[in-house]
Amino acid sequence: MTSSLKSTVATKAEFVYVTYIQTTAEEAWKALTQGDITRQYWGYENRSDWKRGSNWEHRKAGEDKATLVGKVEEVNPPHRLVMTWAEPKDAGDPAKVSRVSFNIEPLESQKMIRLTVIHDQLEEGSKMAKDISQGWPRVLSSLKSFLETGRALETWSK
Amino acid sequence: MTDRDKVFKALADPTRRELLDRLSAESGQTLSALCEGLAMSRQAVTQHLEILEAANLVASLMQGREKLHYLNPVPIYEVFDRWIRKFEKPRLRALGNFKKQLERGRT
Repeated sequence: MTSSLKSTVATKAEFVYVTYIQTTAEEAWKALTQGDITRQYWGYENRSDWKRGSNWEHRKAGEDKATLVGKVEEVNPPHRLVMTWAEPKDAGDPAKVSRVSFNIEPLESQKMIRLTVIHDQLEEGSKMAKDISQGWPRVLSSLKSFLETGRALETWSK
Repeated sequence: MTDRDKVFKALADPTRRELLDRLSAESGQTLSALCEGLAMSRQAVTQHLEILEAANLVASLMQGREKLHYLNPVPIYEVFDRWIRKFEKPRLRALGNFKKQLERGRT
């Protein structure tokens, strides 16, 4: 019975990333949703009004075309944000639209948060799946460094 | 023990490295799937997974009643970034490719 379950699930790839950051949930939320902050540790601006159903885009500062686009599916500041994720040319093709969920959990006793990023509904073996599996560890390491020390990782600082 | 100590300690064991290899090849596996082909008890595998989770090298999600395990490479990236500077990355990648090509040519 697990094999039949497997065959339906295995067509989509899913990745889970976790990082612990010495910061507050509010600061982490801002760092994910404000373009002037994402630019500093990610090299791109995340832009949206972050309302359910709104569009969001991921755009390199100074460029007029977005690199990634999607819709905000769920928003509960400063704890949970779910959005779809696709290249602009693929945005109309459900098979090529993946999903990113951010969960921010404050760990009161330690003055830190646990940030979980789940990137699922990815096409197995796609370029996007490969790109994001290289990208997220770098982005999250840079975010952690930025929030804890004020400095992003060298690879991203502009 | 610092978080970084936990990472190095967790990586110092060949079984735990094999578990990470398996999760890298296929993310989101159950304990039972990970036990397959390993010559050790379910309990021993559970303990190794606990050490990997404590080091934040493995993340888990509950899907229904099943716990699925995922490779979480974020702490490894932090270690990497500590010693590898930006300008060295392209050269190291080129060296790595060169080595792979030479070794492939030999077999």
